[in-house]
Amino acid sequence: MSKETQLHDTLEQAQSTQDARMGPGVDDRFNSKLRQAFGASPFILTKFDAFMNWVRGNSMFILLFGIACCSIEMMHTYAAKHDLDRFGAGVPRASPRQADVIIVPGTIVSKFGPRMQRVYDQMPEPKFVVSMGSCTISGGPFQEGYNVVKGVEEIIPVDIHVPGCPPRPEALVYGVLKLQEQIQAGESAPVTVKPYELEQFGDLERDELVQELASEIDEDDLVMRYNWAESP
Amino acid sequence: MSLEQPRPELDVGETPDGEVDYDELAELLGEYVLDRESHVNAEGFVIRPDDVVAVLDILKRDAGFDNLSCVTAQEYYDRYESIYHLKKYDDPTQELSVVVPTLRDEPVSQSAASVFDTANWHEREAYDLVGIEYEDHPDLRRILLPDTWQGHPLSLDYNQDQPQIVALREHADPMEHRSEVPDEQDTMFINIGPHHPATHGVLHLRTVLDGEQVIDVDPDLGYLHRCEEQMCQQSTYRHQIMPYPDRWDYISAGILNEWAYARAAESLADIDVPEYAQIIRTMSAEMCRIASHLLAVGTFALDIYGDFTAIFMYAITDREKVENLLEDLTGQRLMFNYLRLRGVAWDLPEPREEYFEKVREFCTYVPERLEEYHNLLSANELFQMRVIDTGILPPEVAKAYGCTGPVARGSGIDYDIRRDDPYGYYDELEWDVITDDGCDNFSRAFVRLEEIRQSARIIEQCVDLLEEWPEDEREIQSNVPRTLKPDADSEVYRTVEAAKGELGIYIRADGTDKPARFKIRSPAFCNLQSLEVMAEGEYVPDMVAALGSLDIVLGEVDR
Ligand code: SF4
Repeated sequence: MSKETQLHDTLEQAQSTQDARMGPGVDDRFNSKLRQAFGASPFILTKFDAFMNWVRGNSMFILLFGIACCSIEMMHTYAAKHDLDRFGAGVPRASPRQADVIIVPGTIVSKFGPRMQRVYDQMPEPKFVVSMGSCTISGGPFQEGYNVVKGVEEIIPVDIHVPGCPPRPEALVYGVLKLQEQIQAGESAPVTVKPYELEQFGDLERDELVQELASEIDEDDLVMRYNWAESP
Repeated sequence: MSLEQPRPELDVGETPDGEVDYDELAELLGEYVLDRESHVNAEGFVIRPDDVVAVLDILKRDAGFDNLSCVTAQEYYDRYESIYHLKKYDDPTQELSVVVPTLRDEPVSQSAASVFDTANWHEREAYDLVGIEYEDHPDLRRILLPDTWQGHPLSLDYNQDQPQIVALREHADPMEHRSEVPDEQDTMFINIGPHHPATHGVLHLRTVLDGEQVIDVDPDLGYLHRCEEQMCQQSTYRHQIMPYPDRWDYISAGILNEWAYARAAESLADIDVPEYAQIIRTMSAEMCRIASHLLAVGTFALDIYGDFTAIFMYAITDREKVENLLEDLTGQRLMFNYLRLRGVAWDLPEPREEYFEKVREFCTYVPERLEEYHNLLSANELFQMRVIDTGILPPEVAKAYGCTGPVARGSGIDYDIRRDDPYGYYDELEWDVITDDGCDNFSRAFVRLEEIRQSARIIEQCVDLLEEWPEDEREIQSNVPRTLKPDADSEVYRTVEAAKGELGIYIRADGTDKPARFKIRSPAFCNLQSLEVMAEGEYVPDMVAALGSLDIVLGEVDR
């Protein structure tokens, strides 16, 4: 009963603000709480950055990325019961080029590490990483394995860690919400890559710089070093 | 015996009551047999490394051992050894191990790939992890570890702390990789995966296409090789190993996998399990099977219809129901760690009546729900058009590749370890083995759907039994010593029917509280090998359907 009245009141009020704003004879289809909140002057004054952060936090496109056991719980988080979409973060994108959050759900091994990095690199900036499960924190139950990377942070930077083996869907939802908060608060500014190593060549033109750098590389000596045994 | 002769009712070396007569087999093999070992599950015949093909061929042709269940490789201080675990599809209790020792400084052994197609990948894995080389192997390269890996991690002198240093040029760009396609044909090489929604995890398929048709597909594994065997080898029998099986086949099939380990270790150390615990095991294992098959069906529908449609959501919703039951029982949704060697961790949750009621409710709900799934899938013409007569896997081929589980049963092979080599409480209960001889994608999906019904039947009967079990006989664990140390040099290979098929564990004890060798025979690994047969000549979407119908889980393929 009271609810109805409230709704009615609201509508009436809205009607009146609208009338005040537009006068008679104008299409009255555009009407919403938001309009009402704005009152007669439908403008917001905010900082652009704050606005962008708010938008970013509330429409996250998550990469459809399954690795190991944790991805089963991740699927449950997306699906009917837990429904991550309620929080404006549940549209999994299959292509990294359309995603801005990657949840890493599982153990990373030496063969997959470079591939994961490639996927991460393909995502447009700004991008955020949620690491899900103990495996992505430290290697988890497989930490001593000869082939296991001891945490995703060996390869890509992480914004939120969700511990558990596997974390329950609720935990993942909580993690994603925390990430949203963090983004909205603007703590994760877009990554700027500062090529500090290149400063010594500061006075060179771009093309010359590339030439210069290329000549420094001895292709035969370039190695990839997988040394996860020593990592913490 | 020549091939033309009609096969006698009994194979050579088979007694009328279905046992193996090892003496007769040894006679059949004559001087090939150098020595005889006795393992807990079967006898082992030791043969020379250059007689492998001859011996396996005789055993397959004349003695009816048509299932090469597993190949275990291991290193001793003085030798390498490959063990071929043979079984029969007609009667998996008839087993035989063929043991092939090779020299330490020259570990070369003949490949069995010409007799059993399935040996191909098993031997590649043995080469990769242990370092035995197989002569005349069609394609001996690493399978799980990167091509650039140095050393063989399960060999005795492997130093794990040694960094792997790889020159960048050796670590080729994956996009440039392997495009050795005949020039004259107008073909295209394409990588599917390792990050692709249709590969059900991190599987990488190197495919060669002619237009839309697949001419060659080469699965590239190892993107989730988490050293499961190493982990088990450095854990103690009693408590530390049990959590790992949950993580092989992680699609909620945890208890089925735990049971594989429990069965192997219990028969190795000769541990009895109380009957009451066996019933609880049976019940919870079948719940896991339902959860696992539901996901298989849901993701298969996802592959076929191509979006997060109703069926996937329904399947997940129903899985939530099973997972709630399992959580009430075990305390976890996915990684149960509920079985113990000697029984189960704890009794049913109190109040028991409430739990029974919930389980019963679920069991009556399942058949109703299955109608819905059948309406949406098997009775749906769109679905039928996509999956009937695609991804054909003839039974002989399935046997040659060692396929088991719903994949084999979808090819009309009547093979189910639960019935043929009974364990737990299965042989006391009423249920049917579902088979379908369509041999196509449809059959495999259909078999899974119907198995859900059978599992619900089993659960219902278990609940009846548990409900009437006298209160003072509810024994959940039998007694075993605090540290379990099975006798040195005892070896066992035991299998159970997991969600994807025959899951086998080989354990060799060395007298300590940790296994000296722990080998996992993964059903998904063997089933995946048959993808090549199913996909070649088909269209790309049919290959995706075939892959979905195999229901692989990469945690188990790569281990
Ligand atoms: S954290 Fe646990 S559940 Fe998650 S991927 Fe690792 S082992 Fe699996």
